[in-house]
Formats: sequence, structure tokens, C-alpha cells
Amino acid sequence: MYRYEPLDQALVDQRVRQFRDQTRRYLAGELGEEEFRPLRLQNGLYIQRHAPMLRVAIPYGMLSARQLRMLAHIARTYDRGYGHFTTRQNIQFNWPRLEAVPDILAELATVEMHAIQTSGNCIRNTTSDQFAGVAHDEIVDPRPYCELIRQWSTFHPEFAFLPRKFKIAVSSSIEDRAATFVHDIGLHILKNAAGEIGARVIVGGGLGRTPVIGAVIREFLPRAELINYLDAILRVYNRHGRRDNKYKARIKILVRQLSPEKFAAEVEAEWAHLKGGPAVVPEEEFARLEASFVPPAYEAPADTDATFERHRHDDRAFARWVQQNTFGHKVPGYAAVTLSLKKPGVPPGDATAAQIDTVADLAERYSFGEVRVSHEQNLILADVRKSDLFALWQAASKADLASANIGLITNIICCPGGDFCALANAKSIPIAAAIQSRFEDLDYEHDLGPIDLNISGCINSCGHHHVGHIGILGVDKDGSEWYQVTLGGAQGLDAALGKVIGRSFAADEVADVVARIVEAYVEARHVQNEEVEPFIDTVRRIGLEPFRARVYGTPELKVA
Amino acid sequence: MTRRIILDRAIADDLWQLIPAGDAVPAGGKIIVPLAAWLAGHAALSARGGQVGVWLKPDDEPGLLARDVARLPLIAVQFPQFTDGRGYSIARLLRERFGYRGELRAFGDVLRDQIFYMASVGFNAFALKDGKSLEEALSAFEDFFEAYQTSVARPVPYYRRRLGGAPA
Ligand code: SF4
Repeated sequence: MYRYEPLDQALVDQRVRQFRDQTRRYLAGELGEEEFRPLRLQNGLYIQRHAPMLRVAIPYGMLSARQLRMLAHIARTYDRGYGHFTTRQNIQFNWPRLEAVPDILAELATVEMHAIQTSGNCIRNTTSDQFAGVAHDEIVDPRPYCELIRQWSTFHPEFAFLPRKFKIAVSSSIEDRAATFVHDIGLHILKNAAGEIGARVIVGGGLGRTPVIGAVIREFLPRAELINYLDAILRVYNRHGRRDNKYKARIKILVRQLSPEKFAAEVEAEWAHLKGGPAVVPEEEFARLEASFVPPAYEAPADTDATFERHRHDDRAFARWVQQNTFGHKVPGYAAVTLSLKKPGVPPGDATAAQIDTVADLAERYSFGEVRVSHEQNLILADVRKSDLFALWQAASKADLASANIGLITNIICCPGGDFCALANAKSIPIAAAIQSRFEDLDYEHDLGPIDLNISGCINSCGHHHVGHIGILGVDKDGSEWYQVTLGGAQGLDAALGKVIGRSFAADEVADVVARIVEAYVEARHVQNEEVEPFIDTVRRIGLEPFRARVYGTPELKVA
Repeated sequence: MTRRIILDRAIADDLWQLIPAGDAVPAGGKIIVPLAAWLAGHAALSARGGQVGVWLKPDDEPGLLARDVARLPLIAVQFPQFTDGRGYSIARLLRERFGYRGELRAFGDVLRDQIFYMASVGFNAFALKDGKSLEEALSAFEDFFEAYQTSVARPVPYYRRRLGGAPA
């Protein structure tokens, strides 16, 4: 993974010093609340329901074992012994004291980590495919591009006070695992017919109050022009994005108001001035960044392993875990493994300090000491030999990290919701728990096949409910908590926004509603030979009506 | 008492008078007029006794001054709130695209903690918000000693400078 050079380290250290001084001035009353607010936000510090929340960046999801141990240490020392992995490759600590934050940031800096621009109206942490560098369907490794963007966006002097937050995601594979169509900018790194590397540029996607699938504004941008083009997009947005209404301030509104074609024309006009200028990225820089992501020293094991096959044959639980939680690796004999942070009953994405330490140990033992975080709030060991899978599974099981539910209905993406978040309309964690307990029967869950279920506690959509096959949104009605259900959302290349099925439900009904939706699917799905039609395909084929009929057709649910 | 500002990283007396939109223009002295007033009558303004500068609101188009940059001694950019970042783009455009070399001043809600970025995008003068210490603000230039990006302060980005010698 990328290691800091002296400049990277110096900038992060200077940032800690700067924020320490700002915190001191704030506590001394020299900096007013309003003056301090954007400063603390751009250092990851958010004031929420119970206490400050500190959001630490995990750039494009990459973590070393050493960094994990630091996160565990921070969870123990400054928090209540756990952290929450978010849907944007960050980790949040829910209970730090404001006075302690400069010390936390100083500790993070010792392991090349920070909380820079993880909140506030600025360019946020760049996210990517959790399987970058190892995925069997990868075109090029997106991480050098992510790191280039990380550096460009860090302390960009022109774009520190944008109309609203700004999120960039990068993907470079056949499937899109980085949700690029629902980001302010999505980039697909690809090769043109001549074999040159460049980017397809998508803008104006986003969830929240006005969910929009992004529009492609350029099919191929030569990679040397990447920074110039990003500067052009950001400049058009910084100058012309709305600032009078925070609900209309995201770039998606500007793109829609102008039309994607007109917006693209403005960007191209701005780019025409910058093109070929000083910010052209030299090939040497790409070579330097690529050198940071050379593949580890893989051994050349056989693609399969007799012991592994025997365990898989003998142990049904292990076989199930292999089926759900491993992912095809481009090197034969290896697999990428997802350690599930979705154990039923535990808030999705939460990990205890002990678990984080365990993951660090497992990474060192089985996966070259590196870990990735996925936007689905799980942890990934990307380079595990198949012959090690059984031992890894046993160790992960002991640490409650081996729920075999990746891609299944209990792998719920869920925001912190009303238990923690001051903006919430409703709680989300107890809803996740109720649904998970409804699908406790593993055979049933596996029989249902892939279902993405996403929960957000309010329309800010941190739980990405719009792109869940089943989406659940907390809404406020007369001061009480209700839940709206959407169907048919999807992430990836065929990204789609779910449609609301009808009136909202009370908290204690949501699990029933989900159960009914799933029953309706099981009855309607096509099964041919061994081929079972997946949930999302059935929804697309038969539409919402059969699901509505099932959910609302029986009277005992109280709907609002 | 003369108002004081930061100019070229030092505390200096402010010799200019800012004319709010719609106000009458005094006969003499150094004045900074709104862009609209400048566009409406720069012949007359230039003919009067004292020097004239122009100030821009965040939604003003700096390109309208493209032909005037060589003769303007001062351009000021208003920050109605420090969280309104449009002025940063305006500054870069004036410096980088239109080649403006004179005093570029930030005024309005200008605070110590934004000065480093403001200086990076080309401001060399800062009329701080009333009541803020200029002495303390002077240290803001030292917040960081380097930056990755292309800017007015560092026209060549770090990834090219680190190669050494190579022309941009
Ligand atoms: S979706 Fe709403 S409730 Fe959930 S974390 Fe985001 S802002 Fe908070």
C-alpha cells in the first residue's frame, strides 16, 4: 500500500499542530462557535446526539495491521471500546472528548492516518473498490489514481469552502463495486482502443433528499489530464453551485438545472484553459504511485488444495462461508475474504477493539498484513491462500467475524441512526436487529440468495437506502418514528433508485413487512433447473404491485 | 484612526476607501468601487483625482475586468461569510487567467484560519473582520510550509517539482 513520503507526513503533522491551536483558541473563547465549526468538521469532528463524533479517513479503504492496532488503541483509550465502519470507507468513534481530539489526531499521524476533510463542505475521502488490485475482473488497479486524488484534494486551497460536501469514487473493473453512479464524481479508470489509460467521468450522482443517478460527461479523459479536469469540474461547481439553500447545494442540482450536456460544456470550456498546463500529471508520477501498489510476493500454490476441498466437503458451515464470503482473486490459489461485521444483533459496521486487533493479527498471519474496508461496512483480507481458508475461518468464527452472510439479506448496510445521530428521524440499528433475527434461519437466508437491504435513519441517506434492493428510510410523522420502504434499488453498473411501495410503517412492523416482501418474491421467482431468479430480477420483472398487494393486502399492519 | 490591514505579510495602514454599492463617489482619494460602478463609468472614474480600485461580490464575473487588469492598482474580493468559497476561484482566475499583478485584497468575513488558503490562491492583502487581531493572523502564513496542488503561490504542482528541473 502507499507509504507516506516526508512531505505527506509533514503536512499531516502540521495539520495536527494547526488543529491543536484552533481547539485551544476555541476552548479559550477566542474562536466563536460558528468560526470553529467548519474547522472542526474539516478535521473530522462532528457534534452529534450524545457527544462529539470523530470520523477518521481510511483512504480508498486501505489499512495496514499497524494502523488497525492504532484504531483499536484509540477505541480503548478515548472511546468506549469500539468503532463504527461507515459506508464511505471511514471509521467513526462515537464518544471522544473534544479536548482529546488533537491528541487522537497526533496518535493517528504516527501511523500515517488522519481525519482530514472527513466532514464539512469540502472534498471528502476518496473511495474505491474494496477488491482493488486483486479482483478477477479488474482492468487496472484504481488505487494509484485514488492516491493521486487524495493528494490533490488534501488542503486544496481553492475548494475548501464548497457549496456542500463533495464525494469522489473510483472504480476500474467490469462490475462497479464503488457506487460510482451515486457520487458527486464517479471515475471509471479504463483503457481506450489504443490501450491508453484514461477515465470515464460521471458527475452529479447522489442519494439524499433528491436521489440522482450520475451522468457521463466524458467517455475518455487521458489520465495525464485527470487533475486539470477535476479542477475544471470543481471550479464550475464552486462558482455556480447554489449556496442559498443547503438542500439544493449539491452538484447534482446544478447538473440537473443546467442539464448534463450544458454542464459538460461548461466544464470543457474551463478545461480548455487548463489543458496542457502545469497540472498535467507526468508519467513519472503515475510510475511512482503505481510502485506503491505492486502486488505482494504471491507464492504459486495450486489453484485448489486437497485439504481445503476436504473441509469444504465435510463442513457445511465452512462451505457456506466460502461460498458467500470469498471473492475470486486474479492469482490462482488465492481468494479475497470478507470478514463480516454484520453478526445479527450487533450494530452493522461496529467492531470492538478486540475484534480490530484480531483482524490485524489475521491480516499479518494470512494476508500480507493488509486489510480493506468496504462501503458495505465489512473488512476484507484480500490475499489469502486457499489452503489457509479453513484456519482463517476458524479464527474468524471465534472472534464473531465469520457470519456467512455477504450478499445476503442480513448483510444490512445501516447508518448509526437515532441511537447516535442528531439528524436522525428514527432509529436504524434496532430495525436492522429485528430484521436479522427474522432471518436467523441460515438455510432460509441462503435459499433467498442475493438481497441488498439498506437502512437510513433519515433522508440524508448515509445507509444508501435508495440503492438497496429493499430500502428502509426512517421518517418522522407527528414526532414519532415511522419507516418508508422502497423496492428495486440497485448499486453497480445497472444502478437504480428504489421506488416507495406505499405508506410508512411503525418500527415493530418493519421486520414483518420485509418478511412479506420476501415471501412474495419466493412465490413469484422463476426457478429453472438449478437457476434461481435473484430477488432484484424478480422485482424488475413483475413490478411493485404484487409486493404492495402482499404487504398492504392484509389488514393487521398499522400503516401511517 | 486609520484602519489597518495585512499587506504582503506585514501590518500596514489601509490607504483605501471602500465605496459600498449605490454610494456616491468622493472627488478625491483612493477608492474601491463596486464592479458595476466601474463598468458603468470607468472613463469618468479614471479621470478623477485619486486612484481607483474595484471590488467584486462572490457572484461577479472576474472576466469582466480582463481588459482592465493592467491599469487597476487594486482589486478587492468580498467574503460575505467566510464559508462562501467563491472568492477563492475568483482570485485564481484574476491572477492565473487574466494576469492581474496588483494588490488583491480579501475583505468582509476574513479570518485568521482562512488566510493560508487565501494567500495560496493569490490574495496578498487582507482586511480582517473587525475586532480580529492582525498580529495573530500574521502567523497563519506559516500554517503549512508546502502543498500538493497547483496554485498562485506554487504554480507548479508538487508532483512536477519533485522531479526537479523538469519544465512544466
Ligand atoms: S442517514 Fe440520517 S440518521 Fe442516518 S447517519 Fe445519516 S444523517 Fe444520521
